Amino acid sequence: MNTTRRTVLKSATAGSVLAGLIAAGALRPTQVLAAEWNKAAFDAHDTASALKGIGAGTPMDSKDLILKVPDIAENGAVVPVDVISNIPNTTSISILVDKNPSPLSASFDFANGALPEVSARLKMGQTSMVKAVAKADGKFYTAQKEVKVTVGGCGG
Amino acid sequence: MKYRIAVVATLAVAGTGSVLAQAKDPTIAGIEKYREMLGDDNPAELYEARGEILWKMKAGPKNASLEKCDLGLGPGVVKGAYVQTPRYFADAGRVMDIETRINWCRTSLQGFSEADVRKRPFGSADKPSEIEDLVTYVVTASKGMKVNVPTSHPKEVEAYELGEAMFHFRAGPYDFSCASCHGESGKRIRLQDLPNLTTTADARRAYIGWPAYRVSTSRVHTMQWRINDCFRQQRFPEPKYMSEAVDALITYMAQTANGAEYKGPALKR
Amino acid sequence: MADPMKIRAQLKGDVAEIRVLMGHAMETGQRKDAAGKTIPPHFIQSLTVEVGGKKVVEGQVGTSVSRNPVFGFKVKGAKAGDKVVVSWVDNKGDKRTDEAAVA
Repeated sequence: MNTTRRTVLKSATAGSVLAGLIAAGALRPTQVLAAEWNKAAFDAHDTASALKGIGAGTPMDSKDLILKVPDIAENGAVVPVDVISNIPNTTSISILVDKNPSPLSASFDFANGALPEVSARLKMGQTSMVKAVAKADGKFYTAQKEVKVTVGGCGG
Repeated sequence: MKYRIAVVATLAVAGTGSVLAQAKDPTIAGIEKYREMLGDDNPAELYEARGEILWKMKAGPKNASLEKCDLGLGPGVVKGAYVQTPRYFADAGRVMDIETRINWCRTSLQGFSEADVRKRPFGSADKPSEIEDLVTYVVTASKGMKVNVPTSHPKEVEAYELGEAMFHFRAGPYDFSCASCHGESGKRIRLQDLPNLTTTADARRAYIGWPAYRVSTSRVHTMQWRINDCFRQQRFPEPKYMSEAVDALITYMAQTANGAEYKGPALKR
Repeated sequence: MADPMKIRAQLKGDVAEIRVLMGHAMETGQRKDAAGKTIPPHFIQSLTVEVGGKKVVEGQVGTSVSRNPVFGFKVKGAKAGDKVVVSWVDNKGDKRTDEAAVA
């Protein structure tokens, strides 16, 4: 099955719903990911250690960092999060969930015209504060909001 | 919020009309915002992409693709087929929903056995079934089109009537029927509003979102699965996959929903 | 093999709105299977987005990103037809690269 499917994938033409489909390995890796995965930060079990792991220490509250989350998540398996930074020279945004077993969810660096904005969907085990952290000119800023979770999203 | 316990402990019935009256309830407003924020990016698209490959791929003992499959609009016509099923198929001599029909093609065109297509209709998040991929591909091709299920063939009339009768048929250890949950307006279980499927408005609202990707199970569920799960929740014996009974219930719901714009696989809790 | 990504890149003014849907289990390592055995973690760790040959976003993610992840980015200065290339690598070394054009 897998072999057949792979053959089909390789011969699939662009222009279908799979426009631009490239079978894995058929394209040379254009970029080797520059940074090593930040194990210390992602493995941290509390927010303070995770913040330390990304070099943020104690970020300052900022009203220019906009965090959009639902007040209530019908299911913690998928919690939509939008972060927009209006802080000049923002170069990175991280998202954390205080009460998750590993609070750091994701971290993004922006360059070459990418606006400091990101949307993602996160798992939340329980009701918790969600934090956005932005880095601009070497300083860290934060905004947070609580999301109530009606059904946890990590158990199954 | 006022609740009274009805029939079983998990079924909370809101006081008459209270769901509408409490439109400003922060919990309900919050859930609505959550659903809105989930937006249009639906992992069902991954199923659709796999389904298209499976549709066009030669497979089965006859080494044929499904591209000549007649879903009701002629061999090979996928677009618009879903919103015109369930319908009577003369070659099969019965009313079929889209899933039953695709499996009919897998047996007649590709040479799979009846047992093959019945083996694993409902997959898992880690291993979706091929029919779930195929159904998602076919239904997505009707996105934005009006539900226009034929109602004139005697067998289609019969299926509707059988479906309606089954919908109201009370049985099982809890003396339940589909109508126990879905026959009155304003009911809900926990935070989920229960559509009153005897009304056009609610039947439309429910019908246009199935099949659906549920975030709670991380997978696409088909209408065959949905009916199967309603039987489970009613503590009925498991209905036979693709049986005339299941297809009749789908026919009843589809015909009631006629005229609605099909929105494509929904993203649900 | 991992599912191909679904990439949408739509131009609004001179900003490309990019949405990416990835097929991945994003296993946390905390779930147990039916037999009570812990399912090992399996999750995307890194992703990159390139537009018109330039790297615009570099992301690192952990286990708490939802199964079948969806990400949205915005890139200023993009033009219609610019190639958008998205790549991910997971903790087992599996990887996938797909592309689309800014429309």
